[in-house]
Amino acid sequence: MSTIDNKTTTAADEVVYEGSSLELEGVTLAYGDVEVVRNVSLKVAPGTTTCVIGPSGSGKSTLLRGINRLHEPKSGDVRVAGRSVLKDKPDELRRRIGMVFQHFNLFPDHTALENVALAPWKVKGQSKAQARQVAEDRLREVGLGERMDHRPRDLSGGQQQRVAIARALAMHPEVMLFDEATSALDPELVKGVLRLMADLCQRGMTMVVVTHEMGFARKVADQVVFMDEGEVVEAGTPDDIFDNPQSDRLRTFLSEVL
Amino acid sequence: MEFLDNLGRTFFDVEAMAEVLPHLLQTGLVNTLVLSISATIIGVVVGMVLAVLGISPVRWVRAPARIYTDIFRGLPEILTILLIGQGFYWLSQDLFGPSPYPLGIIALSLISSAYIGEIFRSGIQSVEKGQMEACRALGMSYGRAMALVVVPQGVRRVLPALVNQFISIVKASSLVYFLGLMVGERELFRVGQDAAVLTGNLSPLVLAGIFYLIITVPLTHLVNFIDQRFRTGRRKPTGPTSGLKEVTELEDKKAVGTAS
Repeated sequence: MSTIDNKTTTAADEVVYEGSSLELEGVTLAYGDVEVVRNVSLKVAPGTTTCVIGPSGSGKSTLLRGINRLHEPKSGDVRVAGRSVLKDKPDELRRRIGMVFQHFNLFPDHTALENVALAPWKVKGQSKAQARQVAEDRLREVGLGERMDHRPRDLSGGQQQRVAIARALAMHPEVMLFDEATSALDPELVKGVLRLMADLCQRGMTMVVVTHEMGFARKVADQVVFMDEGEVVEAGTPDDIFDNPQSDRLRTFLSEVL
Repeated sequence: MEFLDNLGRTFFDVEAMAEVLPHLLQTGLVNTLVLSISATIIGVVVGMVLAVLGISPVRWVRAPARIYTDIFRGLPEILTILLIGQGFYWLSQDLFGPSPYPLGIIALSLISSAYIGEIFRSGIQSVEKGQMEACRALGMSYGRAMALVVVPQGVRRVLPALVNQFISIVKASSLVYFLGLMVGERELFRVGQDAAVLTGNLSPLVLAGIFYLIITVPLTHLVNFIDQRFRTGRRKPTGPTSGLKEVTELEDKKAVGTAS
């Protein structure tokens, strides 16, 4: 598909992102005494995309939430741009890390524009006009320049998810996390969102993508991580993972989903 | 026939009604509204505080809100009104003078805030968890996320319940007469009751009842209308759309980008 060979056609006026590196070292996440993610280590180079795949309940989403500390890691270390962030204030860390959810979680009583402008205005302290400008730019970037005044319920699922992506981008994050961003979408709407994600990847954003879209993982990812039962079972390039799986668990998983 | 005549004379004596009408309008209605509206305003403010405390993750913050709510929701209204109205008379006398009117408002506010707090709490808790999560993921603090996103959504959802509560307060305000109001402070029920006792005829009370209905019935209907409006808002009419166009939306944007 054209998602990849688009690199050369990137318009000159498009934003280029400077993603930071992300490292997890021995991260363990628990609900009470139950460890749902155990001892995960991961390196994501700046401007690259890592896809996390695995069966439901394998701890993929929890791992993602550990990165921006929506779920506080029990042990281990998280480093953004080479520096540990576990001692920072969580709110400050989260301003540097964008997150996109399966169910969009847009603010239903705000327009698309207000959804995107809210955080730059109220969290970053930009002026209302500045925040509005940022929001307009981001919405145009995700192809919704014509829909800025629509409320979420007047948008399709795919458009809503793109607003959610614009909302995260408006904070100028160094890393973007996608938690099954296309799982709640109708089949024909998935492509538009994946396309946008591939776009961000090419423009230098560092991304960690939890996904069930194997096609996307294969084409876009620089690194694919397979998790099962809270552990990283295998990690490698898409070719390694999809064409040359080492473990039985990964082979079984791939035979189920491909 | 005699039965109907009796009925008419007892409940719908026009002369008796006409006589009490100005008093009901100028004193009764005004006082009922003043009592109810002030108790509702104070109740909303205190109720919001109770609701926010009541959903705090910290137990010792939740506990006082819980106890307050349990007490004032659990006691009969008349009991609270008497205990507050008579029990704090000494204090009120220094502050507001001899009238029990302010204490009546405070007692009604205590009752209404307990109920309104629960209404707000249920509304706020009905907002999807994802809303708070999205806010936190954007770097908002808990308090800011509550104030900017979660609470406004929760309040909209409970607007009808809030109006029902106002209606309850309007009715409960009649109980303040137990505190012994001065002539100018009497609300609808007391004005009607006085006239009924004087004339030996129930018609003034019936008229007072009609006034209560005039306040409460339109409100219930109004709130359904408002609720509808808040829930759906002004919609942007969109023609039929096709999900198939969504990929092109991204490309169109690019085409525009390169052209300019």
